[in-house]
Amino acid sequence: MLRLDGINKIFGGLTALEDVSLSVTRGSITGIIGPNGAGKTTLFNIVTGLYTQTSGQVYLGEKNISLFAPERLAGLGLVRTFQNVELFGQMTVLENAMVGLHTRSKSGIFSCAFKIPSQIREEKYIKEKGLKWLEFTGLADLADLTACNLPFGKGRLLEISRALAVEPQIILMDEPAAGLNSRETVELASLIRRIKELGITVVLVEHDMELVMDICESIIVLNLGKKLAQGTPREIQENPAVISAYLGEG
Amino acid sequence: MDNSRQLLQYILSGLSNGAIYALIGFGFAIIHNATGIINFAQGEFVMLGGMLTIFFLVFLHLPLGPAIVLAITIATLVGIAFERLAIRPLKNAKPLSLIIITIGASIFIRGAAMLIWGKDTHALPAFSGNDPLYIAGATILPQHLWIFGISVLIIILNKVFFNYTIIGKAMRACAYNSYAASLVGIDVKTMVLLSFVISSAIGSMAGIIIAPLTMTSYDVGIMLGLKGFCAVIIGGMSSGLGTILGGLLLGLLESLGAGYISASYKDAIAFIILLLILFIRPEGLFKKKETERV
Amino acid sequence: MTKERRQILIFLFFAAAVLVIPFFLKGSYFLNVLVFIGINTMLAVALNLLLGYAGQISLGHAAFFGLGAYISGILTTRFPVDPWLAMMLAGFCAAGLAFVIGFPILKLKGHYLAMATLGFGIIMYIIFNETVGWTGGPSGLSSIPNLHIGSLFFDNDWNNYYLIWIFTLGIMLLSINLSQSRIGRALRAIHDSEVAARVMGVNVRILKVQIFTVSALLSAVAGSLYAHTMTFISPVAFGFNFSVELVTMVIIGGLGSIYGSFLGAAILTLLPELLRVFQDFDIVIYGLMLILITMFMPGGLISGIETLAKFVVSRIRGKQSNA
Repeated sequence: MLRLDGINKIFGGLTALEDVSLSVTRGSITGIIGPNGAGKTTLFNIVTGLYTQTSGQVYLGEKNISLFAPERLAGLGLVRTFQNVELFGQMTVLENAMVGLHTRSKSGIFSCAFKIPSQIREEKYIKEKGLKWLEFTGLADLADLTACNLPFGKGRLLEISRALAVEPQIILMDEPAAGLNSRETVELASLIRRIKELGITVVLVEHDMELVMDICESIIVLNLGKKLAQGTPREIQENPAVISAYLGEG
Repeated sequence: MDNSRQLLQYILSGLSNGAIYALIGFGFAIIHNATGIINFAQGEFVMLGGMLTIFFLVFLHLPLGPAIVLAITIATLVGIAFERLAIRPLKNAKPLSLIIITIGASIFIRGAAMLIWGKDTHALPAFSGNDPLYIAGATILPQHLWIFGISVLIIILNKVFFNYTIIGKAMRACAYNSYAASLVGIDVKTMVLLSFVISSAIGSMAGIIIAPLTMTSYDVGIMLGLKGFCAVIIGGMSSGLGTILGGLLLGLLESLGAGYISASYKDAIAFIILLLILFIRPEGLFKKKETERV
Repeated sequence: MTKERRQILIFLFFAAAVLVIPFFLKGSYFLNVLVFIGINTMLAVALNLLLGYAGQISLGHAAFFGLGAYISGILTTRFPVDPWLAMMLAGFCAAGLAFVIGFPILKLKGHYLAMATLGFGIIMYIIFNETVGWTGGPSGLSSIPNLHIGSLFFDNDWNNYYLIWIFTLGIMLLSINLSQSRIGRALRAIHDSEVAARVMGVNVRILKVQIFTVSALLSAVAGSLYAHTMTFISPVAFGFNFSVELVTMVIIGGLGSIYGSFLGAAILTLLPELLRVFQDFDIVIYGLMLILITMFMPGGLISGIETLAKFVVSRIRGKQSNA
């Protein structure tokens, strides 16, 4: 589904990523872990088009998406969530979800201003879909709340709803469990499983080892910008190189 | 012979205006490097320099020297008030809010100036008379010498301050990384305040030395501020050589353009240059290559 | 009552009030003031689309207003162009100019964008002043013909009022529609988190340019209407001070609120009329308003009114349930 080939990223004098190659199976839940500074978020930003790699290629299915801008990736079915939840704070919860449907709709300025019939129909469709995805994460009764007033955990869920509204093939989550308490983390795990059931590939960068070992089918370990290992949770847990890299952590 | 004399004249006035633009540009750079924001009100400090000096000279009948010192002092106090009231409380505001407030504050200063001194233009008498000197066929007014002299002085003081004094180095440290600077004991808040002090002082001085040549009034701040901004953009937001070259280049282009293309579009020239630089090479023409921040 | 129903009702109520007010006014002075409020509302709404929704600051919007006015004026005085056609051409030209400079200028952010739009505005102002052959320079352009539909001429206060306000209501309605649509959400998304908007597939660069173009078009149409109703225009009305006034209208009314733009326009048009001394204090007051509203009531007066209304309604409901 997703394949990275020899990704290098050099910032000035610092090599953030060195020759990272990995692949993610369609429909799986894959975790990317590693000590702080391993380059996980940099890798994410490269895949999702926010950074440009120094060299290397990124493939989505058969398509080379190496230099594609984020807005184009959404249209191809690749979305992401952010570590510091990036909500549209001044809009309502429902409106946030409705923005997710931007690539699935096409009314332009003229159609919207003059409210032509096709735009009215499309707007209804967008609203229904938006609500549906809010229901999926259990936020439907908060639909009219202003997004910046959401408690943190719900804000995370909203970001996920919004990303799901894109109806993507693959969703990349950047530390989705960060800042969640244990109950919320358990709910997150079941939510991710339900997302997988929809046929969406999930890739997550995480520090919460329990969560990762619990739900991920495949785990990739990064350390100091290099790929250290890739395998099932058990294989990773028993890998001596991983253990030594994580000495004291996890 | 007449053509080359004319050319020399244009170059001279271009360089002297350019020196002023460079000084104003310093003000932008110093504050931007210390705080990350553009001080929209910079031009108003330039205006205050000239207007306050005239006020003290004409209405309080002070001699030129004390009038200038007093004017710079008051302009600096306004700068401090500006930082305290408009900038400091808003460190964490939305970027758009910060912009609106700095615009509002600069408009307020301009409006206050209009209320106090009216809309008339005023002339500041030249520092040492108006008898022109003839050098290499060009007419130089004594005021031009004052402009060059004081500009050079300020540039040297600037260089010495930022490179050789502890406080200056501390300010540069803040510009690079305010968090790290605070960790080594530098009081970032004071550095920010100091950046406003220096910028308003330099700005008002610039306004004073140019005032005898170009009339001054309550609304010269906008044009001068924008042109100073243009200079510092060309110079890559540096508080050193880059901005000096930027200012001189701008002054020259403006003067030559006004002389050879069209005098009435003189101001438009500067702003067209500003737009071109912002569109094509916003990092400036003279900036050294910097390593990308992680 | 659903939210949509309520909004339609509010608009109908507003439109009805607008259409009926002239019958209650004595004297053409008030009609004249209301005409100005109408034009300023159009301009404030146009700027709000850019500033309030997309969050992009423009300190040079008076330039598009002036461009519209001058193109209309020049085409109808120096050439025998029909005023309505001239208006369309004026809108088209302003839109074209905005489209062309929009791409490079909207790459800039924050203060840089403010400076660039300021510079643009001043360049246009200088052009208005210096191309004396076309624009009449500082002395202005006069004898601009009125608009007319058949034998109905818009040459008196009554007719002008309705002409201007039909346009104003139309622009308000289109903007309200836009704000609640997919495009409006995309614009507000850009304002709140540009990076998240991009990740959701919003083509930020193009949308910014599109809304800038629409905003310029509307401003130019307002300029054209201004030229044909005033029959005389001069560069003074199209300078930096007016650009600042427009930004102030949008801010005090409320960023992102169409009715707020009306409120801001109304207040800033009435203030100079109500306070003759305002003339000297105007700049100081604009500056203060910008600072105070941004600091203490960032949603503008509209948000203050909404809060007040909610408070009153909840008090009434409270009393009813207690009774």
